[in-house]
Amino acid sequence: MNLLTQWIRSYLPTLPVSDRQLAEDLTLRGIAVEGEFPAGCGGARFEMDITTNRVDAMNHYGVARETAAIYDVPLQPLALGEELAASRPGEGFPVRIDAPDLCGRFTARVIRGVKVGPATGDIATYFAALGQKPISAPVDATNFGWLAMGQPTHVFDLDKVQGGIVVRRAVAGETLHLLDGTERTLVADDLVIADEAKALGLAGVMGGYESRVTEATTNILVEAAWFDPAAIRASSRRHGLHTDASHRFERGADFAAAPAANNLVTRLVVAQCGGEVVGPLVDVVVSETAAQTAARAPIQLAVSEVARHLGTTLDGKGIAADVIERFLTALGCKLLSADEAGVYHVTLPSWRLDLAREIDLIEEVARVYGYNKFADTLPSFTGIVVELPHMEAERAVRSTLLALGYSEAVSSTFASAEEAEMFGPAGQSVAMGNPLSAEAGRLRPSLVPGMASMLAGNLHRDVNEVRLFELGTVFTGSTAQVDEATALALGLTGKAVAGTLASANDALFYEMKGVLEALLAKFAGAVTFDAEHLPTWFEPGRGARVLLAGEAVAWFGELSDAEAARRKLRQTCVLADVRAAMLLARPLRQPAVCELSRFQAVVRDLSFLFPDSVRWEAIAGALQGLAIPEMLQVLPLEVFRDPKGKAVAVGQHSMLLRMRFQSDERTLTDEELTGWAARATTALTVLGGTQRAPE
Amino acid sequence: MEAFRLAWLGRKNGRLKLISDAWLKVAPIEAKRLIGQRFNALKVSIEAALSEAENSQVWNLLKSDFTAAALDVTLPGTLRRPGVEHPLVKTMAEIVGVFGRMGYSVGLGPEVETDFYNFESLNFPPNHPARDTQDTLVIADQDNKPLRDRLLMRTHTSPVQIRSMIEQEPPLRLVVPGKVYRNEAEDATHLARFQQVEGLCVDSNITFSDLKGTLDHAMKALFGSSVKTRFFPSFFPFTEPSADMQISCIFCGGKGCRKCKHSGWIELLGCGMVDPAVFQAVDRKRVELGRAPAYDTARISGFAFGMGVERIAMMRYGVSSVGLFYTADMRFLEQFA
Ligand SMILES: [Zn+2]
Repeated sequence: MNLLTQWIRSYLPTLPVSDRQLAEDLTLRGIAVEGEFPAGCGGARFEMDITTNRVDAMNHYGVARETAAIYDVPLQPLALGEELAASRPGEGFPVRIDAPDLCGRFTARVIRGVKVGPATGDIATYFAALGQKPISAPVDATNFGWLAMGQPTHVFDLDKVQGGIVVRRAVAGETLHLLDGTERTLVADDLVIADEAKALGLAGVMGGYESRVTEATTNILVEAAWFDPAAIRASSRRHGLHTDASHRFERGADFAAAPAANNLVTRLVVAQCGGEVVGPLVDVVVSETAAQTAARAPIQLAVSEVARHLGTTLDGKGIAADVIERFLTALGCKLLSADEAGVYHVTLPSWRLDLAREIDLIEEVARVYGYNKFADTLPSFTGIVVELPHMEAERAVRSTLLALGYSEAVSSTFASAEEAEMFGPAGQSVAMGNPLSAEAGRLRPSLVPGMASMLAGNLHRDVNEVRLFELGTVFTGSTAQVDEATALALGLTGKAVAGTLASANDALFYEMKGVLEALLAKFAGAVTFDAEHLPTWFEPGRGARVLLAGEAVAWFGELSDAEAARRKLRQTCVLADVRAAMLLARPLRQPAVCELSRFQAVVRDLSFLFPDSVRWEAIAGALQGLAIPEMLQVLPLEVFRDPKGKAVAVGQHSMLLRMRFQSDERTLTDEELTGWAARATTALTVLGGTQRAPE
Repeated sequence: MEAFRLAWLGRKNGRLKLISDAWLKVAPIEAKRLIGQRFNALKVSIEAALSEAENSQVWNLLKSDFTAAALDVTLPGTLRRPGVEHPLVKTMAEIVGVFGRMGYSVGLGPEVETDFYNFESLNFPPNHPARDTQDTLVIADQDNKPLRDRLLMRTHTSPVQIRSMIEQEPPLRLVVPGKVYRNEAEDATHLARFQQVEGLCVDSNITFSDLKGTLDHAMKALFGSSVKTRFFPSFFPFTEPSADMQISCIFCGGKGCRKCKHSGWIELLGCGMVDPAVFQAVDRKRVELGRAPAYDTARISGFAFGMGVERIAMMRYGVSSVGLFYTADMRFLEQFA
């Protein structure tokens, strides 16, 4: 909202500071001046950004009050007093509140014999400087009252009002033609200002069209009231109408301000349009509401509590009782002098419904004192720092994957319903009530679809070498009970790390396997691989399951052709889905060192032809089955298949494998080595292998 | 050059050898001195010529050109590139690290929260606009549950503070990193999900000046010792007094530049003293769970703060669009290597 410094200063005749200084000091007190512009009427126009709890300061008088507190200068009272006398005696206008829980106060005043024209004088000047659209003098008078003191008011064409005013709940289905020209159908919870026959306006939100003041209007009824914040908020939301009036009422208006605002508007209308004020100001008050607002019971403020919450000031003096008293008084509180224990009894101002507790007053003291006048102190601490149990394991996962060339990525927490069903456990994805988009209708049950999208995103931008991992939360269960778990996904596409065992076609798979081997080697427990229970998003025959200590912890493989085609992936993508929660719960492997032998290790290589049905697991098993304690290691060095079937028949592969022997006690003899190699040859032959001549 | 050396200095057929054999060795005794001097002068001048040639740069260049195994040291090195830490994860870890060194333990909690932990216990009134589905992402099918049990995507990591206080008695120092969600239209600086780090310090006699001192110290640790902080009144339901904190611009040192919109200051975080209503909600829940109340507001006070990680990372690394953090574009990520 915009405010004029000239208008603010009209309430502060002795204000000693420049507009620039005022802007800075207000901002430091939470009444933020976001912009300062020259105003057409002289002085400056401030563009304000005031937090929603401070509706009382969203007007000129409210900011003047803050200013008075900051600089300790006198604030002119809003001299609108109840002394505004009727120029012609008459009956008070009949007003009845039928919904006292929603309308706490209603004031009404009659002005007769007005001539409606455009506003002149201060109103016209200030409105021009503020860019406030002039409408007609009576309507501008209500807007002036709102800008001056933050109290919304309304003017009715009195001749359109039949009988008296009734403030009541709407009849469900009742229609109302509003000032903005729209026709609204009301519900029973809407509060209306009505006459004996019909609804005239939507209370606290917007006036009605038929009863509006026009150039033809000669008699006016001025309304100023107080409405229940929750009721106005509900009405405003229900009808999608956010107005200046609803903004104030839904945050709590000043219960005491209604008569003053009514007097102000009445006086302005008469000054601008002539006419006579007829009869007294009618002021219907619901005493229960008054007791909860304007007449709230005083609260206590202990001087010692101010220091306990706020601490040390830069000048080292702390905040003295007289400073507290001065600040709060300037803000409109009434303080009964402190008792022996240093406790004040504070009567709260009617316009500050946000103040209700001792801490609220302490905040006011800190605010007016200035936050930056408090010292920087560091509290002492007697506790200890506790590390979460899985943190070390999580660091191990991250550092291992980074070292292996995988960059960390963060993807969307949401997935489409189809993806959730495809990649998560069936029927266990959680639907969002108000999804950001159709593609984000579920909480992700797996990180894999997000990883596939990230690979796709790179490939679509012609970035063809991608190694990524994501460590994040996945969600399963139902909308009644959501289970969260940490998961890990890896994605790989591009040129694989070169190996001698796999064809170029298979190399990506084996790189991913190598990465998972390195990762799982960080954790205690034996790691095994099989091809059981694979999810459907793998290309058949191109995926594997990983077990750690007998428990399935990961799945990895090539994304199925169907899924790849759906994502328009031009090259093979290998993905891994790791149950990180299970992994992180396991102990890290504690390295245990073997003594290094003084004696030389010797290798013996064997070249064999195997049918493809003989897998490496069987070959290694057969050699380990020989139970030769000196056999330290068995490794495949080369695997060769010939698709043309020339060098090696189709359905077979040749393998060069290496055995490494070493003893802790002696140098191995040729005889021993020859004997072991012969046993190995026999074992592999039994397995179905055929030894090839050494090259 | 080698040919020249061999021609003159060769042990068998070098000219000096021949001269020495033909003249010096056979010279009569009275001529030996003179011939010896001339012979030595010749030898020195030959050696000088050779050494000069050897030291000349041209020769060195030629020599390296002609050395068969020479390396082109200007070719790029080859290596298996390590992966790159995600800038948000890295920034988050740095912030958490700073508070860790100040005695703060890390706390984590669920991303799907109940209304009680996300709003009610944090002193949001029942009809606060933040609860509206226009602002908060909610889980489907919640309408038949009591308000406090309804499930939603947490809008801040503050629920972890509540959960921790329900679990533990003071003193408490907690730093909470994590993802949070808002139902927001996304643009260059806002996303519907973002990463936040919040902190909480609760003890007897924790003051507003302790909050100021702690954050001032933390900002100096994060952004350098010359960074200054200043505080403005603000409003959050769960703190009172509440403040917004700015740091002096890390780009211009406070003189004013484009990055700080010529103000010399950059808005960085929200903070405040824990509202007594929050402590009261915690104690009510503790009692409900059969624990003793431990947060007597007459004795216990505390402060809390929270900052957006994206904002800090964008500022530090000069990232113009927040969406880049979530695209996993290798060309973007690899710049953080
Ligand atoms: Zn700057």
